[in-house]
Amino acid sequence: MTAGTTGATKAKLRLGDRIFSSSTILAGSIILILLAAVAAFLVVQSIPALVAKPGTLPNNASNFWVYVWPLVFGTIWAALIALVIATPLSIGIALFISHYAPRRLAQTLGYIIDLLAAVPSVVFGLWGIVVLAPFLQPFYTWLVTNMGWFPLFSGPVSGTGRTILTAAIVLAVMCLPIMTAICREVFLQTPRLHEEAALALGATRWEMIKTAVLPFARAGIISAAMLGLGRALGETMAIALVLSPALVVNFFLLTSQNPNTIAANIALQFPEATGVTVNALLASGLVLFVVTLAVNSVARYVVNRRKAFSGAN
Amino acid sequence: MSTATIARPMTNSLTAGKLPRGSSWFVLVGSWLIFGGLFAILHASGATKDFNIIGTIFFGTVFFDVVIYVISLLVEGGRRATDRLVTSLVATAFIIALLPLVSLLWTVVANGLGRMIQPSFFQDSMRNVIDAGGGALHAVVGTLEITGMATLISVPIGLLAAIYLAEYGRGHLARGITFFVDVMMGIPSIVAGLFAYALFALIFNDPGVRSGFMGSIALSVLMIPVVVRSCEEILRLVPNELREASFALGVPKWLTVLKVVLPTSLAGITTGIMLSIARVIGETAPLLLVCGFTASMNYNLFSDRMMTLPVFVYTQYANQGANPQPFLDRAWAAALTLIIIVMLLNLAGRIITKVFAPKYGR
Amino acid sequence: MNLKRYGVAVAILATAAISLTACASNEAAPAATATKTASNLTGTLNGIGSSAQGAAETTWIAGFQTGNPNVTVNYDPQGSGAGRTSFIAGSADFAGSDAALKTTELASTFVACAAGSSAIDLPVYISPIAIAYNVAGVTNLKLDAPTIAGIFKGTIKTWNDPAIAGQNAGVTLPSAPITVVHRSDDSGTTQNFTEYLSANAKSVWDAPASQTYPYPVGDAAKGTSGVAAATKAAANSIAYIDESGAAGLSIAQLKVGSSYVKISAAGAAAVVAASPITTGRAANDLAIALNRMDTSKNAWPLVLVSYLITCQTYKDAAKGALVKAYADYVVSPEAQKAAASQAGSAPLSTALASKVSAAIATIK
Repeated sequence: MTAGTTGATKAKLRLGDRIFSSSTILAGSIILILLAAVAAFLVVQSIPALVAKPGTLPNNASNFWVYVWPLVFGTIWAALIALVIATPLSIGIALFISHYAPRRLAQTLGYIIDLLAAVPSVVFGLWGIVVLAPFLQPFYTWLVTNMGWFPLFSGPVSGTGRTILTAAIVLAVMCLPIMTAICREVFLQTPRLHEEAALALGATRWEMIKTAVLPFARAGIISAAMLGLGRALGETMAIALVLSPALVVNFFLLTSQNPNTIAANIALQFPEATGVTVNALLASGLVLFVVTLAVNSVARYVVNRRKAFSGAN
Repeated sequence: MSTATIARPMTNSLTAGKLPRGSSWFVLVGSWLIFGGLFAILHASGATKDFNIIGTIFFGTVFFDVVIYVISLLVEGGRRATDRLVTSLVATAFIIALLPLVSLLWTVVANGLGRMIQPSFFQDSMRNVIDAGGGALHAVVGTLEITGMATLISVPIGLLAAIYLAEYGRGHLARGITFFVDVMMGIPSIVAGLFAYALFALIFNDPGVRSGFMGSIALSVLMIPVVVRSCEEILRLVPNELREASFALGVPKWLTVLKVVLPTSLAGITTGIMLSIARVIGETAPLLLVCGFTASMNYNLFSDRMMTLPVFVYTQYANQGANPQPFLDRAWAAALTLIIIVMLLNLAGRIITKVFAPKYGR
Repeated sequence: MNLKRYGVAVAILATAAISLTACASNEAAPAATATKTASNLTGTLNGIGSSAQGAAETTWIAGFQTGNPNVTVNYDPQGSGAGRTSFIAGSADFAGSDAALKTTELASTFVACAAGSSAIDLPVYISPIAIAYNVAGVTNLKLDAPTIAGIFKGTIKTWNDPAIAGQNAGVTLPSAPITVVHRSDDSGTTQNFTEYLSANAKSVWDAPASQTYPYPVGDAAKGTSGVAAATKAAANSIAYIDESGAAGLSIAQLKVGSSYVKISAAGAAAVVAASPITTGRAANDLAIALNRMDTSKNAWPLVLVSYLITCQTYKDAAKGALVKAYADYVVSPEAQKAAASQAGSAPLSTALASKVSAAIATIK
């Protein structure tokens, strides 16, 4: 699509072009090599855990998959809740900045949201323990008492508020800046003519956004959500500090027995781990690789089906 | 939404059937006041410990969304009501996002500012400090050097790879890179640390090797995919017309990329890079593994242990002494310092963008 | 354009770095202290290990570096497991560990040690573990081991349960549910706590001692500070915690033998001193087999012992001399006293300290 040649005349190969394009290829290859190295490292370290005899693995798991399954579930579940919270919010914020807020304010507002990205995850964790969890706990109590019939909200309620919902809220806040930033850039790239055409046809601002901005931005929004998910899946320290983990698989949002995430579990158990446990933790890291990969592949697939709307075309 | 449930007779006047200007603001402040009153009563009756300001704003704003929709539906009809609802929802989203930010910044500033403005915080390290006193100079230096080096490694590689994907990429290699960048996004930070450790232990054949540079490598592993993904996304948004116009003028491709594509997307790229720096500058686990822990100064990136701010925050919090207050003070002050550093970097990025980016439409 | 941009970024970083390059004011070479017997030790020691020891190591390092200004000691509080693994692999000069080396670990080759030489465990840090609680209006709770086991296993669910009320006549206990807070990370504290319960309340606490919390009960929090924060934040909560982290919480009295005992550093140190050294190990390997059933007066058997792990003979003699000097300082009464006030640990009893000193004297 961007090739500067036509079939009839072959473009002259300039030195600059050659250097530039090979340096980009080099950069891409470095990434491949780096990843291959990381992957090789992980696989080699994982093998002892994959073939471990029952009884040697942590948590008395009979084999590695029994050990890792609650963690995989917890990772996906926490990231999913976070994404459900963060996606509408970040689209809303990005729209607010790109299409609603007075233009002079917009830049400043964007900057304010970017500030969130500046907060290190340890601080998010501390804030989650000290401020957010105690703040949410009364609401949780209320929810369990009054809405306990709803499976997600069934009790017994956590006494500290350090539930998976709290952790997911922290995750959502952590994902917001990067998701908002991408959505905002994408929204701002909507062709001006499309927007003006919609408005000229008598559309309200929302109708204009619905018909012109959102379809154009769909691929970008999905990419943004995936970037957010990437952050949510791999987040370590904030979850390790905020969540009250247990060895369970459940969908309850408000109890103190919450499934743990892979990354947080590594952070929690690694310092005291010896022997096969170390390998098991690294193997769970390898599983996280695969999970992320699966999620991203689905996203890629969705984006590619929608490529017709992508800006560069 | 039921857009046609209430059909109102059309009138010719331009202002008939419309809410007066400023009514949204009126309703918003009104609903805040209502919930403020509600929580004040709860507070006065002793049901809650202190006045719940966050609850007031949150529930007031949500209440506002409902009220403005109903009012608008009654006065202005379905389409306008939907428009107002979306407007208010979008504003709500923004306000909700501000709540944690404000709460978080307030927590950090309230706990950390007092300690940070003491000059010793930027003059002293923690060497031979066991209780009160001491500072984070060694950690500030470590963070700046390690993150700076990680940026120097990641941004050229990441940006070039993004350019490759957006401008050149075809076939297997491009697909492979895209695929593996996606995979890299999922590397847990501690694995990046372990990898860097294993790599250097192998190269130097010394299991005791620790240096700031190892931390930079670990951070690069985490940073590169973020740079690639965000830059690629931004580069793909540059309209093809610009590239075609450039080609039509006989500009070679590499110059087109350098002089047309990159400047056009400079704002987005800068944002992406700043976000990726922010993503890694707060990493704790890998740095604790590969940079170690020290209470003393170390300016040399390539040898010996180096302290960084996130590790400083974490260890001060996790290893409090019998008198925890000085430790907590230092932890919050260091957290505040870290946020300020990222803010300054962000600000610098924005100024640079402003100076170099071409002026256009928006 | 890009280059320019990075150039500016680098310039900003560089300026920032330069402006910070003034040496830390507290690190000026303390030449004035030469009036004391100047130490001729130089070099760097790197230790990795237990985070429970973290605060104490900070204190000891400060004291040791003040006496030996040309020495730098670094201690990464990564965790006991990481400490032992790193020490075996030779990436640390010494390790701090909440558990003595296992026999399987002792059989491995210690890279930093001279050929044929093995590692030794030196008990240097004793911390009583407190049963801390946060119940409004209750400050003098008394509990015995089976009750504690019941609470932490989840079989005793409310504060006014007869099992608790029976031991606390005259105390108004709320009918609120008990929020149990335990460690979410593997830890030596959990290991010692579960060891105590499985020794003293076998019928209730049927899980073996482990560094992972065995029952799905209550809230989990990371680290001593996390447990402390969660316990303080939640009403009607109870936790086991290193005593140094229990500031601001009430501490329960423990039934030892037939009487209730208040937590005390002396009681904890006495239990450690009275416990036998594990047999079948190298002569200077002072792994302690804690007597959890100690019922002597004021004993506090709910205690954690943390070790300094060093080589018997170092490959590098200079390193050996440094480690020896440092370990010697750590068990000195002044260092133990400093740690007691800074880290809330219990100083080693004189008898144990002299035993450890004798072992340290053999380090080469």
